[in-house]
Amino acid sequence: MTIPQTLPSSPWTLPSRGRVGMFCFIAAEASIFTIFVVAYLFYLGKSVSGPTPREVLELPIFSSVCLLSSSLTIHLAVEFLRKGKSGAFRAAWGLTLLLGAIFLAATGLEWRRLIVEKGLTISTNLFGTTYYSLVGLHASHVTGGLIGLAVVMVLALAGKVRPEHSGPVDVLSLYWHFVDAVWVVVFTVVYVIGR
Amino acid sequence: MSSESMPIAGAGNLPGAARRVWLETLHEWLITVDHKKLGLMYIGYALFFLVVGGIEATIIRIQLAVPHAHFVSPEVFNRMFTMHGTTMIFFVAMPVLFGFANYLVPLMIGARDMAFPRLNAFSFWMTAFGGLLLYFSFLGGDGLYGAGSAPDVGWWAYAPLTSKAFSRGHSTDYWTVSLLASGFGTIGTAVNLVATILSMRCRGMTLGKMPLLAWLNLVMSGMLLFTITPLTAAQIMLMVDRYLDGHFFDTHAGGSAAIWMHFFWIFGHPEVYVLIIPCFAFVSEIVPVFSRKPIFGYPVMVAATVAIGGVSMSVWAHHMYTIGMTSYENAFFVLTTLAVGVPTGIKIFNWLGTMWGGKIRYAPPMMFCLGFLFQFLIAGLTGIMLGSAPFDWQLGNSYFVVAHFHYVIVGGILFALFAAFYYWYPKMTGRMLNDTLGKWHFWVFLIGFHLTFDFMHIPGLLGMPRRIYTYEPGRGWAIWNMIATIGVAFQIAGILIFVFNLVHSYFRGRVAGDDPWDAWTLEWATSSPPAACNFAVLPEVRSRRPLWDLKHPEDPDWKYE
Amino acid sequence: MGRSWGRGGAKAFAVLSAPLCLGQGTSPRPGNIFAPASTPAEMIYGVSVFVLVITGIIFLAVFGLLVYAAVKYRRREGDDAREPAQVYGSDQLELAWTVIPVIIVLVLFIASARVIHQVQDADMPAGTVQVTVIGHQFWWEFRYPKLGIITANELHVPLSGTQNPRPTLLKLLSADTDHSFWVPRLAGKTDLIPNHPNEMWIDPRIEGMFLGQCAQYCGVQHAKMLLRVYVDTPEKFDEWVAAQKRPAAAAPPAGESAAAGRRLFETTACVACHRVAGTRAFGRVGPDLTHLMSRATLASGAAENTPADLRQWIEKPDSIKPGSLMPAMNLSAKELDEVTAYLLTLH
Ligand code: HEA
Ligand code: HEA
Ligand code: HEC
Ligand code: CUA
Ligand SMILES: [Cu+2]
Repeated sequence: MTIPQTLPSSPWTLPSRGRVGMFCFIAAEASIFTIFVVAYLFYLGKSVSGPTPREVLELPIFSSVCLLSSSLTIHLAVEFLRKGKSGAFRAAWGLTLLLGAIFLAATGLEWRRLIVEKGLTISTNLFGTTYYSLVGLHASHVTGGLIGLAVVMVLALAGKVRPEHSGPVDVLSLYWHFVDAVWVVVFTVVYVIGR
Repeated sequence: MSSESMPIAGAGNLPGAARRVWLETLHEWLITVDHKKLGLMYIGYALFFLVVGGIEATIIRIQLAVPHAHFVSPEVFNRMFTMHGTTMIFFVAMPVLFGFANYLVPLMIGARDMAFPRLNAFSFWMTAFGGLLLYFSFLGGDGLYGAGSAPDVGWWAYAPLTSKAFSRGHSTDYWTVSLLASGFGTIGTAVNLVATILSMRCRGMTLGKMPLLAWLNLVMSGMLLFTITPLTAAQIMLMVDRYLDGHFFDTHAGGSAAIWMHFFWIFGHPEVYVLIIPCFAFVSEIVPVFSRKPIFGYPVMVAATVAIGGVSMSVWAHHMYTIGMTSYENAFFVLTTLAVGVPTGIKIFNWLGTMWGGKIRYAPPMMFCLGFLFQFLIAGLTGIMLGSAPFDWQLGNSYFVVAHFHYVIVGGILFALFAAFYYWYPKMTGRMLNDTLGKWHFWVFLIGFHLTFDFMHIPGLLGMPRRIYTYEPGRGWAIWNMIATIGVAFQIAGILIFVFNLVHSYFRGRVAGDDPWDAWTLEWATSSPPAACNFAVLPEVRSRRPLWDLKHPEDPDWKYE
Repeated sequence: MGRSWGRGGAKAFAVLSAPLCLGQGTSPRPGNIFAPASTPAEMIYGVSVFVLVITGIIFLAVFGLLVYAAVKYRRREGDDAREPAQVYGSDQLELAWTVIPVIIVLVLFIASARVIHQVQDADMPAGTVQVTVIGHQFWWEFRYPKLGIITANELHVPLSGTQNPRPTLLKLLSADTDHSFWVPRLAGKTDLIPNHPNEMWIDPRIEGMFLGQCAQYCGVQHAKMLLRVYVDTPEKFDEWVAAQKRPAAAAPPAGESAAAGRRLFETTACVACHRVAGTRAFGRVGPDLTHLMSRATLASGAAENTPADLRQWIEKPDSIKPGSLMPAMNLSAKELDEVTAYLLTLH
């Protein structure tokens, strides 16, 4: 038995599966971060030995500005792609990549300072454990995002990214926005509330 | 991959194609991204682990049959219940339900595949890999005689028992990594199911016209996104503790043991609803067909499911009434826990309403559904008893709890699953399962189930804690334990009949035809088994029961909905 | 206390449970939660019966409806092939079976919340006996800070009369993993969690011995972490306290064998783990042995406290409690006899 296909009577549109999938993925990621943030807040001030956040943490203003502005550049990049301005797209996309890389490098330097100069490692105390886990979880997401961005960049330089690909590119940019938004939360929790 | 570009006819399974060597077939299954094949693989995988987990349960029950038994050592016993619990939840219940969801959801919403077929394959293999990792732990130690170094921390793995100090060796690491791996697979499946249901429905199938099975799997997947992830996060923390000397759960460094409990149960409680909701879905599809009536109160069923999903996220600490929370916290969790009974009750009553005034046909799928209804009712009511915190101070961690959750899981989930097997097996294989064997399976397993789990409540009321490898005589527990153990023999017989039926009917079963149950949803509109592309022509629907409309053009559903 | 509804419910419940003989049985069911002997257990009993009755009624009603529908609406022989009337739902009915459960839930919630409050937020009168309970893998340590007593595995508390209540407040700590203190006839269980102190109280009304055991999985020998509570009359309790306060050294062991045993005990690793007040033994890893002979069982109820079992325990703890944290000391037969003889003097 088959269901006869009647003539297409009414328009039938459903949300794009790429976007839906990415939103679901982001929801899942968000709840992983929530657990880490809760653990961080719960353990604030509960370390039985030093150093404390106040003693060692410095505000990463510059790198934060970089990361947040990369949200803007990636948004522009997608717009450019949609309008078919491939040169502008490549420039904005490359800038995003650069800003993300700066952020990651700054995090690396910060960790180096903490480990080498301040002697704070993941096993030093509760603060170390929660700090490196939360910031590290975020940094690993930045890394993942950068890899994705880099792949698109390579394809773009090879001339393979065209306006009709703006769908998937847009989905990737959603992820990047999420990574940036999480940083706002991590920043507030670690450097504002937690200090 | 994309549905529009598929060829029209069902070219995939045409007979007469040259007989392929088994190696090629194997290769085809290994690399498949087809939702039906993946679904069947999930199901086969879960059935295998059901037997494994069942053997572990049998070992537990033999050891407990009499006081001071020496069938296994305490170490082995502790590994057995840990492996049994972990296996049954993560490598039986979850995969089998994902298997059915994979197989049925695209068919029932008139799609040609899942939204992301490759991700689907990835998810399956992650899950499969997780199970192998868990069992590889047996080989990591002294081999099977000493039960290797299998995990022995219980399926909730409470801190600080999982710390390096109390759990040396790598068994706990295997446990963690295995759940982490299968957890990624699960997240993938959840993303995929949501995207499929929201973005792949056939023309005309608005959200309000989806079969309930699709709705319930949507809610289930949505819950998974928010509930499997806390487990993932907690496992990462545990790994930080174990591999990098972190202090998340290190009570000597100011860490908290209670926070692990919270994280685990924020996952663990919704998880049990993740398991039961797809079973509600099976029942919601089968009961109407065998009562010959549409589901009673469709919108309310959907709303109740969403409510269960929502409320069940806020009840987790009812597993922790004894850890010394304040009276306000305890009272809060009593309220939320009991509140879940309301939407669940609505479901029971709506199924009752569906049966009411119908013409019920007692084929095996309906028999198992009826078993489900009765048993789930009792299980839910013992849940309410546990939900009342003071009562739980007595019952918690006793055999009463073990009885409660096996009542839900075996009496509910397993019965609903058996119903689903009998109902959809013809679609999956093209042949009917044998009716007589099905009835034997039902009665033998029913007797075994009640012998084991009815009487298990009583030692709980008499103070028998769970997770003990032996007990003293003279407590009044022995007789009930003996009866429970005897029941397992019947359960094994029942499952053996079932497995025999599955195999036998595959070769000898009556040929089913496309629509053996005279049913109403889209999967019955295509061939049995469906062609690789599911539908030669993508269907269009106008109501929740497209095949009813087709069979009753004089009185179609869409006039009323 | 919820006696008002507790009583009526109790009667109904007694009728319901009669076939299962769950009633106030005495010795054959020492852990029966329906035979309370202390206020917290009694309050819990009250609300439990209430919940049981309500759920019992729900069960009967829904079960009855299900059976009725399943039988009445089955397809019969010679049925015509017509489909039954297609009914899609009913707003009134659905409203009814939403509202009624909501009311039931509220009632159950209020009943539960009341008992939660009464048990958890109770004030302790002056004269409350205070005990610090420390869970160890796999035994119990009991310290009476105000009385200066340390003992293990068998808790002694005074009877608490209705006239002059003398409850016991237990502070629950853990030395290693989670445990749970559960003596069903006296109170519900409360966990012992490291770095997370808890409290519970009991006020036993009946003299005698009450059995319980660890109710939170804590490792290999979780099963043999048994627990005894002796409820003594005030006089007997005071006697017991006085006896426990006496250091062991006050009476030097009589007999050659015992004296040799004492030397051996104090020069072997035993002292690293065990304490015998008044001697050089002050380890804290294992149970306090100062008054070992005042206890009826060994190793948390794993064996009777008889000379033979004691000797076997020292020779090979794993033969009695495999996986316990006390190592076998590889003593010779003679040494075993001597150590046993010494331990037998620790009254
Ligand atoms: C599929 C699985 C499943 C399901 C559906 C449920 C459903 C419920 N469970 Fe269960 N539960 C488990 C699986 C499940 N449980 C598992 C695995 C554990 C143990 C884990 C472990 O410790 O290892 C557990 C443990 C557990 C505990 C902890 C016990 C302890 O360890 O101390 C509690 C306590 O509140 C509880 C309560 C409930 C409640 C209130 C429901 C409710 O959802 C039930 C709702 C249903 C009904 C109430 C019946 C129908 C309703 C009506 C007919 C309407 C009228 C009724 C009323 C108004 C009350 N469960
Ligand atoms: C999906 C979930 C699921 C399922 C289906 C089951 C099924 C069964 N369970 Fe399980 N159980 C759990 C989930 C589940 N359980 C969990 C989560 C725990 C808690 C673990 C913990 O505390 O950490 C638990 C704990 C648990 C305990 C408590 C252990 C303890 O606390 O010490 C017991 C004791 O009786 C038990 C028994 C059984 C039995 C007899 C079955 C039976 O229904 C099984 C029947 C099936 C079979 C028997 C398989 C058929 C086999 C064949 C056909 C092959 C032939 C077999 C042989 C030769 C033996 N289970
Ligand atoms: C490494 C530590 C350790 C050493 C050394 C040790 N014990 Fe023990 N002992 C324990 C522990 C721990 C227990 C509790 C075991 C249990 O119940 O699980 C125990 C229990 C006992 C008990 C039972 C106490 C009771 O209250 O039931 C006796 C008696 C005993 N030990 C005697 C000895 C003697 C005699 C020696 C030396 C020859 C000794 N122990 C050496 C750790 C030790
Ligand atoms: Cu201590 Cu279980
Ligand atoms: Cu729960």
